[in-house]
Amino acid sequence: MSLLKYESTLREPLVDGEKTYHQVTEDICRPVEEKANTGWKIGFTISVALLLFGVYSVYREVTYGIGQWNLNKTIGWGWDITNFVWWVGIGHAGTLISAILLLFRQGWRTGVNRAAEAMTIFAVMCAGQFPIFHMGRVWDAFFVLPYANSRGPLWVNFASPLLWDVFAISTYFTVSLLFWYSGLIPDFATIRDRAKTKARKLWYGVVSFGWTGSTKHWQRHESLSLVLAGLSTPLVLSVHTIVSFDFATSVVPGWHTTIFPPYFVAGAIFSGFAMVQTLMLVTRKVMKLDDYITLGHIEAMNKVIVLTGSIVGIAYLTELFMAWYGGSKFEFDAFYKYRIAGPYGWSYWTMMTCNVISPQLFWSKKLRRNVAFTFIMSIVVNIGMWFERFVIIVTSVYRDYIPSSWSVYYRPTIWEVGFYLGTFGLFFTCYFLFSKFAPVIAIAEIKHVLKTSGESFKEKMDVIEKESVEHFAHEHAHAH
Amino acid sequence: MGQVKKYVVGCFDDENVLFPAVKKVRAAGYKIQDVYTPMPVHGLDHALGMRETSLHTAGFIYGITGTTTALTCMSWIFTSDWPLNIGGKPHLPLPAFIPITFELTVLFAAVGMVLTFCYLCQLAPFVKKHHFHERATDDLMVMVIECTAKTNEEEVKAMLNSNGAVEVNVQEAPVGWWLGRYDRPSKLFKTREVAY
Repeated sequence: MSLLKYESTLREPLVDGEKTYHQVTEDICRPVEEKANTGWKIGFTISVALLLFGVYSVYREVTYGIGQWNLNKTIGWGWDITNFVWWVGIGHAGTLISAILLLFRQGWRTGVNRAAEAMTIFAVMCAGQFPIFHMGRVWDAFFVLPYANSRGPLWVNFASPLLWDVFAISTYFTVSLLFWYSGLIPDFATIRDRAKTKARKLWYGVVSFGWTGSTKHWQRHESLSLVLAGLSTPLVLSVHTIVSFDFATSVVPGWHTTIFPPYFVAGAIFSGFAMVQTLMLVTRKVMKLDDYITLGHIEAMNKVIVLTGSIVGIAYLTELFMAWYGGSKFEFDAFYKYRIAGPYGWSYWTMMTCNVISPQLFWSKKLRRNVAFTFIMSIVVNIGMWFERFVIIVTSVYRDYIPSSWSVYYRPTIWEVGFYLGTFGLFFTCYFLFSKFAPVIAIAEIKHVLKTSGESFKEKMDVIEKESVEHFAHEHAHAH
Repeated sequence: MGQVKKYVVGCFDDENVLFPAVKKVRAAGYKIQDVYTPMPVHGLDHALGMRETSLHTAGFIYGITGTTTALTCMSWIFTSDWPLNIGGKPHLPLPAFIPITFELTVLFAAVGMVLTFCYLCQLAPFVKKHHFHERATDDLMVMVIECTAKTNEEEVKAMLNSNGAVEVNVQEAPVGWWLGRYDRPSKLFKTREVAY
C-alpha cells in the first residue's frame, strides 16, 4: 500500500510546478520579506483615504445625530442595515472554506483558506460598525450587553432576535479570530526563523508565541483545528440564520417568511465567494502565487458560486410563488406591486440579473477557468448581493400600511455613502496590512499536502497507473 | 527551570527517511526528546509513542459549561431577578433561548480550547524557547535525542548518520522556556541566573 501515497494524476494538482518544502517557504514568505511595491503603496494609500473619509462621515453622524442620514419614519433601515447584512454575508465564505471544507476533506481549501479567513474577520469588523452607529447614541452601545447594571438591574431582552445578533456576531468574530490566529502561529514562526532584521525578529518572535514545531504541539494543533472547524460549521450557519431572524420574526410583508434562514445563508456564501475571488485573483497576480492559487482553485470556487447563486434564484422564485399562493393581499402587493414594479423596480431587476441570470454562465467550463471573466463576475455578484439586501430591506418598508406614511423615494446622503465607503477603507486597509505582514497562504498546510497533491510528486503515480489491474493486484496483494 | 541538558540533534529532509530512523533510534533504547517539524506529519506522534491528545475532551467540557451558563443565567434573569412582561409571552421561552445558548456554547468551547492549547504547549507572546535548528520551521525535520550519563554521543551520531540524517550535531540547551525576545541573543541559564 505504501506505493499508493500519491494522489491520482486524474485529479488536478493543488500545487503547480517543481516544489520542495524550502521552495514553498521561499515563495510564500517573499512578499512579507520584500519591500512593499508601488501597487501596494498606492492601494494602501487609497484605502486609508477612504477610511479617513468614513471616519469623518461617522463623526458627523455621532455629533449631529441620525438626521445626517436620509432615513425617515417609514424607511427606518436603509443603507446602514443593508451594508451590515452585506458585510456579514461576505464574511461567511471564509468560514465555509476554512471550516466546512476542512470537515469535507476538500484539499483545495489549503491554497485559499488563510486569506479567506482574514477576509471573514475584516468583513465582520466592517459589518459591526453599522448597527453600532445606527443606535444613534453610540456611547450607550454597551447597553446591549447583559451586565449587572445600576438600572434595576434592567436586563436585555433575551427573546429578541436583535439581541441574538449581538451574541452571534460577537461570537462569530471571536471564534474566527482564534481559528485564524491559531493557524498563523506556526507560519509566523517560519518567518521568525528566517528573519534577518532585528525588527522582524522581535515582531515575529512576539507574534509566533515561541512556537517550535514539536510533534506533540502539532498533534494538539491538529486536534484544535478540527474541533474549531466543527464548532465553526454550525456557527457560520447560525450567524446568518440569526441575521435573517431580524427580518423573519417581524410581521412586515416581504420579511415574514420561513425560507429566510436557508435563503440568507446561501446568499451569504454566494457573495462571500465572489469577494474571495476578487481578492484572490488580485493577490495571486500581484504576489505571483499562481502556483498555489491555481486555475483549479478558481474553478472550484466558481462552482460554489453557480450552485449558491441557483439556490438564491430558487429562493426568489419561491418568495414570488408564496406571495401569490398565500392569498394575502399585503404579501401580494409587497412583491408584485412594490418590489417588481413601483419606483424601486430597477433595484429588483438589477438583483435578479446579477445574482440569478449572469452566474448561470459559469456552467461553461471555459468561463469558469477564465480569470478575467471570473473577476468581472465576482464584482457583478457583489453588486447583485448588495441590491438583494437593499431590495429586502427598503422595498418591504417604503410603503407602510397607511398610505399617508408612504415614503416616496429614499436617497442616501453623502455621509451615509461615506460611512459605507469608509468600511471599504477599513476592509482594504486591514487586508493590505495583512498581505504585507502575514503569509497570505498557510505555509504549513501547503507543505502538508505537497507530497500527495503537488504536481511534481503526482507524476510518481504514473508508473503505477500504467500497470494493468491484474499486474497491480498480483504485485501488491500481499504487500502489507 | 534553569536546567541545561545535552542533546544529539539529527536533521532529516524527508518523512520517508525519518520514520524508519525514529523506529531504529527507539528500538536502540535512546530517548527521543522530540521531533520538530515544519508541518504536521501524520503518524509521527504514534511512531514516537505519544498518546492521543485530550484537548477535544476539554473542549467538550468548556462547551457544556457555556450551555449551562447561558441557560441558567437567562432563566434566572427572566423568572426570578427581573420578570419582564414582553407582550404577555411566557417568562421562560425556551425556544427563544436556543440561539444565545448555542452561541455561548461555541464561544466557551472555542476560547477555552485555545487557552488550554496555549497553556499545554506553553505558547504566549514573549515566550522564548531553544530552537535546535532554524530550518525546523522551514524544511527540516529535527530529531532531538536526550543524552544521559550513559549515552555514547559518537554512537548516536553514527547511528543518525547511517539512517539518513542530513545534518548531525550535539547541543546543550535549557529545558522549558523563558521570557525573552528573539532579536536578542539567548543566554543559557547556567551563565545567567534568573529568578522566575
